[in-house]
Amino acid sequence: MSPRTARKLADVDLTLYRLMLRIRRAEERIVALYPSDKIQSPVHLSVGQEAVAAGVSLALADGDRVHGTYRGHGVYIAKGGDLGRLFAELYGKDTGCARGRGGSMHLTAPEVGLVGCSAIVASLIPVATGDALAEKMRGGGRVVCSLFGDGAIDEGVFYESVNFAVLKSLPIVYVLENNGYAIHSRVPDRHKQTELFRLTEGLGLRGRRYDGNDARVVYKTMSAAVAAARRGKGPVLLEYMTNRWHEHVGPGTDFQEAYRYPKDRERALRSDPLKILAAALARRGESRARLDAVAAEIAGEVDAAVAFAESSPFPRAESLREGLYVESG
Amino acid sequence: MKTKRLNYGQAIHAALTHAMEKDPTVFVMGIGVDDHKAVFGTTRGFVERFGRARVFDTPISEGAMTGIAVGAALGGMRPVHVHIRADFLYLAMDQLLNIAAKWSSMSGGRASVPLVIRAVIGRSWGQGAQHSQSPQSMFMHVPGIKVAMPTTPADAQGLLLAAIEDPNPVVLLEHRLLYNLVGDVPATPVAVPFGRAVVRREGADLTIVAGSHMAVESLKAAEFLAKHGVSAEVVDPVTLVPLDRDAILRSLAKTGRLLVVDSSWTTCGASAEIAALAAEKGFDSLAAPVRRLGMQPVVCPVSKPLEKAFYPNAETIAAEAFSMLGRPFPDAPAPELVDDFKGPF
Ligand SMILES: Cc1ncc(C[n+]2csc(CCOP(=O)(O)OP(=O)(O)O)c2C)c(N)n1
Ligand SMILES: [Mg+2]
Repeated sequence: MSPRTARKLADVDLTLYRLMLRIRRAEERIVALYPSDKIQSPVHLSVGQEAVAAGVSLALADGDRVHGTYRGHGVYIAKGGDLGRLFAELYGKDTGCARGRGGSMHLTAPEVGLVGCSAIVASLIPVATGDALAEKMRGGGRVVCSLFGDGAIDEGVFYESVNFAVLKSLPIVYVLENNGYAIHSRVPDRHKQTELFRLTEGLGLRGRRYDGNDARVVYKTMSAAVAAARRGKGPVLLEYMTNRWHEHVGPGTDFQEAYRYPKDRERALRSDPLKILAAALARRGESRARLDAVAAEIAGEVDAAVAFAESSPFPRAESLREGLYVESG
Repeated sequence: MKTKRLNYGQAIHAALTHAMEKDPTVFVMGIGVDDHKAVFGTTRGFVERFGRARVFDTPISEGAMTGIAVGAALGGMRPVHVHIRADFLYLAMDQLLNIAAKWSSMSGGRASVPLVIRAVIGRSWGQGAQHSQSPQSMFMHVPGIKVAMPTTPADAQGLLLAAIEDPNPVVLLEHRLLYNLVGDVPATPVAVPFGRAVVRREGADLTIVAGSHMAVESLKAAEFLAKHGVSAEVVDPVTLVPLDRDAILRSLAKTGRLLVVDSSWTTCGASAEIAALAAEKGFDSLAAPVRRLGMQPVVCPVSKPLEKAFYPNAETIAAEAFSMLGRPFPDAPAPELVDDFKGPF
């Protein structure tokens, strides 16, 4: 066991808390900055869903790989993507994680295992599956995680990919982040079978549903799935139930809109992943001062990240043609 | 004819309402057609007015839903399938190009697919690689599909109605930056026939062929050009399939110079087709080589300075026109892109 892993295990709960708070504070800053128009790109926020990103990311080992979606800030941060390069990307700066070309919807941090994010729903599910195929063919022992929403399972490629992954017993964990909505469409408006983890049972994919607002539950269940995939047991599907606090895209909230369930706001607040974990930490005897220190540290990190973005240069217009192809050799 | 003033979105709303009232087989489906945003307001109030059976949200299953629309069309209905971004049509290409486009021919003309696809195209505001594409040329390339790109509210209303009445599959591309454009439309919607270009502005020195939002930018450019002694004629094809070749050649014969501006890439694009038309049928009229403007041949970036360099606009159109005439760009403030679109949607 590496020292890093040991430390991680000793302090899993505190690490989860730190990851989630980092996501929350970063996104709160995005909301605050948005009216200034410095972030000129649509943002799909993960506030309320931090436990999934944190639990899933922490359960993966160094070298494991994640494929995400346009709602990607959470997993980017939890996987350990550089915060400064995130804000720089939102600002469209040359120092951004995709040199200002991708924006909020196409975050990438291959150095920490975030392969990439796509704005076409479900489009990376087969890609992640292919990544797992490569892993199996090369005998690398790494695990791939495909992260997607409850809307993505509407697409045919989901079923086609799952079928192939089961057939070839690929080392992949499918993580279905169920926040109840695809834009303004509720799950029961799109599916008769609303226990989504059951949809692929007939294909031979084992699935389970869990509380996605308790980071400890996510971490534990994801860890087991990752371990099984690494042992060659093949894919599983984990459905995590959670809540989207903001509007589908943009910095505002829209709990008042007709598409929302009337109790959404109360439910969201009641199941705030940060409050749930903070309470658990308090029960285990963690002091308030300790959590406040974490918060202070993170506030500093976010300030520094924003300052980095602000002071970074824009890409030169002449560089527009760069990067379409990678030079061979 | 009695007219009223509507914006582009309202004109589409009026045409759809008219068609659905007149013909009970017309129905609207697509992601978000029943929500509070109502696809830029174009389907506002439809659920209340026409009921959920004729106005419905769909699962995010573009491939299957397009096939389902094709099947419904073959079964006697007139589906209007709406996509908030044209980029999502790439998931529907099999059904559109292998089935819908070919059905009439494959059946020896015994059946056709009266299907309308409404899809939103367009630049703006950090949409990036996968939310900014204008796929008109992909549909132009494959025989069997009609393609319309309305520019004004009147075009939008008349062409949508014509598309719904058409017994063939039609792709109607609506530009995101046009929804707030206001104009006169017939008080009672009437179909506008496909295949009729509109001369948006008369001129003598060069012809600018441009449609949709690029027609708007070209008109701004033409105004600027006029102030500096260049008379540009702006021809808007309005429909790309069928294409009003005669109107384009007529204008070229008059001015001798052709600049084609498209909202998409130039390679194998709508602009390439129009340039080829000039080479094949208008060669004797050409006093100078044809020029084209479109998106730069790269993936759409998010960053502002890159995004600005990526898309053509009134300024680059005017600059190209001056250059074609061998004249320097005047020392005057260039026309600005009017872009009142603000995110997040
Ligand atoms: C193929 C495709 N169709 C439609 C869209 C428009 N769209 C963007 S996000 C979204 C909803 C996806 O919902 P879900 O998978 O639950 O993810 P969430 O936004 O809730 O995180 C839709 C329909 C798209 N991006 N791609
Ligand atoms: Mg969702």
